[in-house]
Amino acid sequence: MLWLERVTFGNDAESVAELHRLGRERYLDRQLRGPEQPLPDPVAAELTALAAARPDPVRSLAEVAAEHKSINAMTDGADKERARKALNDQGNRLAYGAIREELLRAAYSPSQLDEQLVWFWLNHFSVHQYKANLRWLVGDYADRAIRPHALGHFKDLVLATLEHPAMLEYLDNNQNAVGHVNENYARELLELHTLGVNGGYTQQDVQQLARVLTGVGINAGNPPQLKREWQSLYLREGAFEFNPARHDFGEKRLLGHTIKGAGFTEVDEAIALIVSRPACAQFISRELARYFVADDPPARLVDRMAKTFARTDGDIAQVVREMFLAPELDAVLGGKFKDPMRFVISSVRFAYDGRTISNTRPMLNWLNGLGEAPFGRATPDGYPLTELAWASSGQMSRRFEIARAIGSGNAGLFDAEDGSSAAGGGFPQLSNRLYFEAVEPFLGARTKDALARANSQQEWNTFLLASPDFNYE
Amino acid sequence: MKRRHALKLGCAALLGSGGSAGRLFAAPSAGPRFLLVFLRGGYDSTNLLIPYSSGFYYEARPNIAIPRPDPASSTGALALDANWALAPAVRETIGAMYLERQAAFIPFAGTDDLSRSHFETQDSIELGQPTGAARNYRSGFLGRLSMALGGSAPQATSIAFTDALPLAFEGADTVPNLSLKNVGKPPFDARQAGILSGMYADHHLETAVREGLDLRQQVARKIAEEMTAASRSAVNTKGFELEAERMAHLMRDQYRLGFVDVGGWDTHVGEGAAQGPLAANLASLGRGLQVFAQTLGAEWNNTVVVVLSEFGRTFRENGNRGTDHGHGTVYWVLGGAVKGGTVAGEQRTVERAGLLQDRDFPVLNDYRAVLGGLFRSLWGLSAAQCAVVFPQSETRDLKLV
Repeated sequence: MLWLERVTFGNDAESVAELHRLGRERYLDRQLRGPEQPLPDPVAAELTALAAARPDPVRSLAEVAAEHKSINAMTDGADKERARKALNDQGNRLAYGAIREELLRAAYSPSQLDEQLVWFWLNHFSVHQYKANLRWLVGDYADRAIRPHALGHFKDLVLATLEHPAMLEYLDNNQNAVGHVNENYARELLELHTLGVNGGYTQQDVQQLARVLTGVGINAGNPPQLKREWQSLYLREGAFEFNPARHDFGEKRLLGHTIKGAGFTEVDEAIALIVSRPACAQFISRELARYFVADDPPARLVDRMAKTFARTDGDIAQVVREMFLAPELDAVLGGKFKDPMRFVISSVRFAYDGRTISNTRPMLNWLNGLGEAPFGRATPDGYPLTELAWASSGQMSRRFEIARAIGSGNAGLFDAEDGSSAAGGGFPQLSNRLYFEAVEPFLGARTKDALARANSQQEWNTFLLASPDFNYE
Repeated sequence: MKRRHALKLGCAALLGSGGSAGRLFAAPSAGPRFLLVFLRGGYDSTNLLIPYSSGFYYEARPNIAIPRPDPASSTGALALDANWALAPAVRETIGAMYLERQAAFIPFAGTDDLSRSHFETQDSIELGQPTGAARNYRSGFLGRLSMALGGSAPQATSIAFTDALPLAFEGADTVPNLSLKNVGKPPFDARQAGILSGMYADHHLETAVREGLDLRQQVARKIAEEMTAASRSAVNTKGFELEAERMAHLMRDQYRLGFVDVGGWDTHVGEGAAQGPLAANLASLGRGLQVFAQTLGAEWNNTVVVVLSEFGRTFRENGNRGTDHGHGTVYWVLGGAVKGGTVAGEQRTVERAGLLQDRDFPVLNDYRAVLGGLFRSLWGLSAAQCAVVFPQSETRDLKLV
C-alpha cells in the first residue's frame, strides 16, 4: 500500500483494487503504458469543455498583441482601464482553466503515474504564468509540450519544450538573435533542464549554445521577407518560428564538438549531443529519484537508473520502471514528506473517493497558501523536491487548517465554479473500507491514540489528514 | 550540509572566544530588535527620493517626475537637503520621522549582481553571499546573523512574517513563519492543538509543528485584543498597516529579528507621479511603518528597520509612463534611536553622465558592506562575526546607529 502511494497521487479504492488484481509488476507496467483507461464521465466532459475554450497559441498571441496595441493607443481614462481589465481577466480565466485541468487530471485520471510525471516535468521545465503573455499559453504548454512526452523519450520532451512559445517567451530565447545574443535560455537548458549545475559545461558552452539557439523564437503574425537562400531554412509550426535572418551561421564548439552553421538542424544536433552526455543521465535520474524515492536518493539506485537512461536512449518509462521496482525504494517507504500538491490531491482522493468534486478553487487556494500553485513558480528552477522547503512551522499549521477544512466538509469542493453553493456536501466518512484496508494497518501508535481522542467524525478526519502517517508516504 | 555545519561551528567558536565587545555586553537585556522589509519587484526609488536639483531628472521623466519641493506647500515633496526631496506620498509618515531624525536614506545602494532579473537579484541579496561563486541555498544572511547572535538565544529569536520561510533566514536553527495578512479565528482549541502536537512527539517535525500551532494561537489572541482596542480607536487599519500593527505586537513581546516582504512594485506601466499607483503603494507602506513604530512604543528606541528592494529602476520613463528594471536603489534606515535626518553613503551628482550604462543608478554603497557595518555597530559584532554574516565583504559604517 505504501508502494502504491508512491506510484499514485494517493491511494483510492480503485487503485488499491487494481494493485490487488494485477500485482506490483503488472500494475506498474500498465501504468507505464500511459493513458489507456478513460476518466470518470463528469471529469471527461469538463476537460473537453476546457480544451474547447482554449484558443490555439497563434490565435491568442495575435489577438492579445492586437488588444495591447489598441489599449496603448487609447487615451488614459476609465475606458482604457476597463479594456485593460477585460484583457487581464481573460488571461486569468485561461490560466485558471489550465490549472483546473491539471488538478482534475491529477485527482481523477486512472493513469496516476503518467499524471505524476506530467507534474514532475511541468516543474522540471517550469514556466511562470505571470510573465508576459504566458497565461494564454500555459494550458497548451501542458497539453502539447509536456503531457504527450511524460513517459516518452527525454530528448523529445526537451525539444517539445524548446519549440513551445511558453518556454521561448519565459526564458527570453525569443529575444536571442545574431548580434543580440540572449543567454538566458541556453544557460537554463544546460543548468536546470539537462546537465545540472555541476554537469561539466563551461560559460563558453553556454555562450556557444546560445549562438546555436539564435533565431529560435515566436511569430504569431506574418512570415518575414527572406533572402532566397534562407527561404528553405525557415521553419514555422504554430507560433514557433526558426528565422534564419536572426540566426548566427558561424561555426560553434559545444562540449568539445564542432557544430557547423546550418540552421535549425544545429539545434537538433546540439540537443542530441547534450542528452547523450553521462551527466544528463545522472542528473535526470537523480531528480526523478529525489522526487519519487528520497530527498537524498541512494547513489547506487541513481547509477542504475542512469545506466538504463543511457542504454535506452533516455526512455523515461524504462528509467522509472527501474526506480519503482528497486529494493532501495522499498527500504524507504513511508519516509517521503508529501509536497503540497501531493498532500492536497491525496487528501481529496482519499476523502471523497468515488465522488468527483466540482469546484477546484479551494484546492488552488490551498496550494497558493502552501506555496506550490501550478504555473506559480516565478523562478525557472521549479519548486523544490525536498521536505525542507515545505515543512516550516507556518506551513505545518497551514496544512492542519486544510486538513480541517477537508475533514469537516465545508471546504466548498462541491459548490459550482461560479461560487453558488450546492446542497448535500456533508463531511466525508474517512473511516471507510479504504481506510481499514489501506491506511489503518500502517498507522503509528501516536496517531491511533489521537484518533481515539476525537470527539466527532469531523475531528477524526482532521486528525487523520494532519497525522505524520498521512503526510509522509 | 557540510557547509552549514561548518558555519555553525564557526559561530559557536566565535561566541565562545568572548572576543566581541560593544552592545552585546552593554545591553545584556537581550539587545536590539531588527526588521528587514523587502520590497519585492524593484520599487522606483527615484520617485521616492527625488533628485530635485537635477534638471536631467525632469527631462528624463516628462510625464512621471514629481514637482520640485515648494517651501510654501505642506503637501508637496519634502526637501531633505539641497539635492534630495522626499515623495509627497510619505511626507506625513516617513517625512515626519526624518524630521525627528528617526529616518535616513542611502541612495546608490544595492548589489553587484547586474542580471536585472527579479528572482536572480532577490535571491542573491537574501543569500548575501559573494556573487560569482556557487550559491549555497541553505544559507541566508539573516540566518547567519541569527546564528552569530547565538541561534536560539534570547537576542536571536527570529520570525518571518511570510507564507514560506524566506531564503534570507535559511540556515538558522528554527525560525517560525506566519503571514499576518489574513489570519482569522484560531483554527484549533487547546485540546485539539495538544492532540495534533502529540502525533508529532519525538518526530523531527515536532518543534515546527508545536511552534506553528502556538504562534497561530498567539496571533489569534493578539488580534482579539486588537479588535477590542479598535472599537475604542477612530482609525480602522487595513492592508499593510494592519499587518504592521500585528508585527509590532509580536516583535515587541517576543522577537528580535524579523522579516517581511511587500509586493506590487514592478511599475512597468503607468506608475503615476505625485499621485498614482506607486504613490498609493508608498503611502500605504509609510503608514504601516508609522503604525509599526507607534505600536512598539518605548521599544521603538531599541529597534532598527531597514527597507530595501532588489534593484532600482531605469532613470528615464519608458513608453508606457512606467520604468523598467534598473540597478542602484535607495535603502531606508528607520528607528527611534537611529542617527537619522540624513541622506547617507557615497553619492554622485545626478546627471546623464553618471548613469550606469546610460540607463540607471550605479551602486556606490554595496548592501553587504552597508548592512555589515550596521549590524556590526548594532550588536557589537567582531570582524570575524561580520565575515560569517557577509563572507568576503568589507564593512562600511555609515554611522546611522
